[in-house]
Amino acid sequence: MKSRLRFTLQLSFTLLVCLFMIVPVAMSVMAGLTENYFVGLESGLTLRWVNEVWQLYADTIWLSIKLALACLLITILIGVPAAYGLLRSRRRWANAIEELLLLPVAVPGLATALALLLAYGSYREFRGSWLFILVGHVLFTLPFMVRAVLSVMQTAKLPQLEEAAASLGASFRQRFFGVVIPNCMSGILAGALMVVTLSIGEFNITWMLHTPLTKTLPVGLADSYASMRLEIGSAYTLIFLVMVVPLLVAIQWAGRLTEQRR
Amino acid sequence: MTAASRQPSGAASYVNTHQIMVGPVRRKSLIALFALLPALVVFCAFWLLPFSRLIMMGAEADPSSGISAYLTILTHRQYLISLATTVGLSLVVSLVAVAIAGVAGFFLARQRFFGKSILVAILTFPLAFPGVVVGFLVIMLGGRQGALAQTSLWLFGERWMFAYSLAGLFIGYLYFSIPRVITTVMAACDNLDQSLEEAARSLGANTWQVIKDVIVPGIAPALLSTGAICFATSMGAFGTAFTLGTRLSILPLNIYGEFTNYANFAMAAALSVVLGVITWMALSLARRLAGGNLGASV
Amino acid sequence: MSSSVSITLNQCSRTFAGGNTALQPLDLQVHAGETLVLLGPSGCGKTTTLRIISGLESPDKGGQVQFGERDVTALPIEKRDVGMVFQNYALFPNMSVADNIAYGLKIQRLPRAEIAHRLDEVMRMVDLQGLGERRIDALSGGQKQRVALARAIAVRPKVLLFDEPLAALDAKLRDRLRIEIGQLLRELGTTAVYVTHDQDEAMALGDRIAVMQAGRIAQLGSPQEIYHQPANAFVADFIGAVNCLDVISTRANANGGLVVHGGELRASHLRGVSTVYCRPEDIQVVSVDQADVTGKVVQSIFLGQTQRLMVDTGGASPLQVEAPSRQRWPNGTAIGLALPSSVLFHPDKPTPPVNAKEMANG
Repeated sequence: MKSRLRFTLQLSFTLLVCLFMIVPVAMSVMAGLTENYFVGLESGLTLRWVNEVWQLYADTIWLSIKLALACLLITILIGVPAAYGLLRSRRRWANAIEELLLLPVAVPGLATALALLLAYGSYREFRGSWLFILVGHVLFTLPFMVRAVLSVMQTAKLPQLEEAAASLGASFRQRFFGVVIPNCMSGILAGALMVVTLSIGEFNITWMLHTPLTKTLPVGLADSYASMRLEIGSAYTLIFLVMVVPLLVAIQWAGRLTEQRR
Repeated sequence: MTAASRQPSGAASYVNTHQIMVGPVRRKSLIALFALLPALVVFCAFWLLPFSRLIMMGAEADPSSGISAYLTILTHRQYLISLATTVGLSLVVSLVAVAIAGVAGFFLARQRFFGKSILVAILTFPLAFPGVVVGFLVIMLGGRQGALAQTSLWLFGERWMFAYSLAGLFIGYLYFSIPRVITTVMAACDNLDQSLEEAARSLGANTWQVIKDVIVPGIAPALLSTGAICFATSMGAFGTAFTLGTRLSILPLNIYGEFTNYANFAMAAALSVVLGVITWMALSLARRLAGGNLGASV
Repeated sequence: MSSSVSITLNQCSRTFAGGNTALQPLDLQVHAGETLVLLGPSGCGKTTTLRIISGLESPDKGGQVQFGERDVTALPIEKRDVGMVFQNYALFPNMSVADNIAYGLKIQRLPRAEIAHRLDEVMRMVDLQGLGERRIDALSGGQKQRVALARAIAVRPKVLLFDEPLAALDAKLRDRLRIEIGQLLRELGTTAVYVTHDQDEAMALGDRIAVMQAGRIAQLGSPQEIYHQPANAFVADFIGAVNCLDVISTRANANGGLVVHGGELRASHLRGVSTVYCRPEDIQVVSVDQADVTGKVVQSIFLGQTQRLMVDTGGASPLQVEAPSRQRWPNGTAIGLALPSSVLFHPDKPTPPVNAKEMANG
């Protein structure tokens, strides 16, 4: 009896927390799909606002996707070797370097962006291009790629596998592409999903680095919240959710995949 | 060791034990260095160098006070209050988030019931929401047309709102903190050795004693660590505050204001550095806690 | 010491969500003061049985657990007055050695002096004097298991339960702790149930052994009974090494000789069986002309005090024979083996009908 009561109490508490998390999202989704939010649902459902957002902000969405993919490419190219380097370095050095690479995450994006602006803002061409934002995103997402790949490398007992391959006569290049990369694929996948999700949602750095010609999705969101009607902001948020929620589901799925491997 | 036999014969006569060890080890560390090089170059060029400049810029004179911006922060009430507000708000948010999400996370980790995975999904998917979106969601809850305003208008004939105040920030920070804590607590509970609880119960401990003596000590490092992460995130949360209104006096908004409104680069830099140091310290604490004690039970 | 109680399980079965049956309906009685070992391969239901006795797990509907005369089926573990020792020690990492051991006493709200006294007593019993203030992570594996043991006996439980307590230790330490646990159990006289997959441990510690297989008790009896009169092929094979000799034909003469590969066995009590079992150490090496069975040595494995010969007699697998360690039989040596009728057995044909076994109706 007592445990029954305890269960019910805890469940109701958890449900309340769930409500707190889901109610505003649901309201926002509704607002994005109703004709007139102030009138309410009676005014009818419509895709008008979604359409309008597409007219106004489609380029921000494309830019965000372009940024995310470019960011992914770079973090894979420099992050996977970096993880391998950390794995092979002495413990103390590896810890110090990882701590360094984590700094852009540990320090608020605002500070990183300010530093970038003050150092490189005078190079007009660079400042005005989307590459300026890309630099910020790479700094911010790189540690996540490195961490994901490194942790898989560590649990996969990669050093032993590599020694085994070496004992069979494999050269470094053969070992790296034949043993190392295939065995940390799940880490690369998890890191990639993380990088794309973070890049698409990044605001704190991007807001400082963007120009009117290089607006990303979150920048556009902030813009619409400040200057557009509630329905447009909501519809825009809806589009963002549609882009990000599948990524999140994929991240969880990838996490479960690596867990099973262990 | 094997590498010694591959060394050129001329060197072989001088080989001593020290050199035998050095050969393969040095090659390994060279490979490690080369692998790390691209990431380190990007990091140094685009973060370390700019941030060092930022640190130095913060030492320059603040135009209004005429003394170093760092000193200005420490001596001017306005900045100290803003610093205290930001730290205080973040601390309270972290504590409340850990308390709420600790209970819910423990419940979800230990009970099995129909629909649990849906609850877990609801509680974790806001992890990917950027601060701006969270700010907007707070407006949906407590803004002029928010849920609370509509309910209170209908019940009492007046609009209640909290979105554009510190309370709005508090709710917003809580919103993005809860998912972080819940995922951490659930993972920590899963990692907790179930036989510890069984051992305590076999010795006669009741539910509360088990929670007090086994579970809370067992997940304490995780709780502290995730609390520190929430604190750091709240300290630096710019997007949420930006969406809710730029008049509130908290550090990220101060930095933004000094930079864009007054072009006071020295002060913006100094505030950024102070903020960065605080969040970095909180996160290092978090990492030390999470790395130290968890999973060391066997 | 609290007087010991008997444990009775009536029709206890356990089905897990998803329909996996871990335990078939089981009747089992553990006598007061006795040590019963549950022995079997992993997944045989031994741990589930232990957890049902402890109260960590409930039997399916209809099952009943009794301590003495008292029905404890509905009691959770914390009300059952048991002491439990876990495989991975399950020591509280946030408490010192002394705090771990005294934990159950503090739960019972014993006066401080009594706690100190008992702490002293059990720490002496398990040979942990002077380590009271140590942190748990500063202990060796053997010390950890002693602490776990001390913690379980400190509360003077009615029943002591062991869940593979030595499985995580290395062989030497395992042997030593096994002896110590045996002494301790005799000293305490507490009813104990001990789960293991290690037959040496089972033989050394058990007053009786229940060999379990696929959720049932395959045989319940003293170590001697289990070893010398295994109830079925599974038990014979699981406990110790055993040779299986296929019977090719039975002579029609009065001896009733069983023709096997390499010779003929005289075993009138085994008439009609298709396989004959015997233990390697019961086979003697004799001169070829006195042998029941002859064959060729194909391999000899030196074991220290003895050696094991693999003798090919033309059957499917070579016979294992235990032979004195100093003599040498090079591979290929022709060898004679004596297999007297007293050492041959078959589960369906109880050798000499000794005392009636308390078989579990599984």
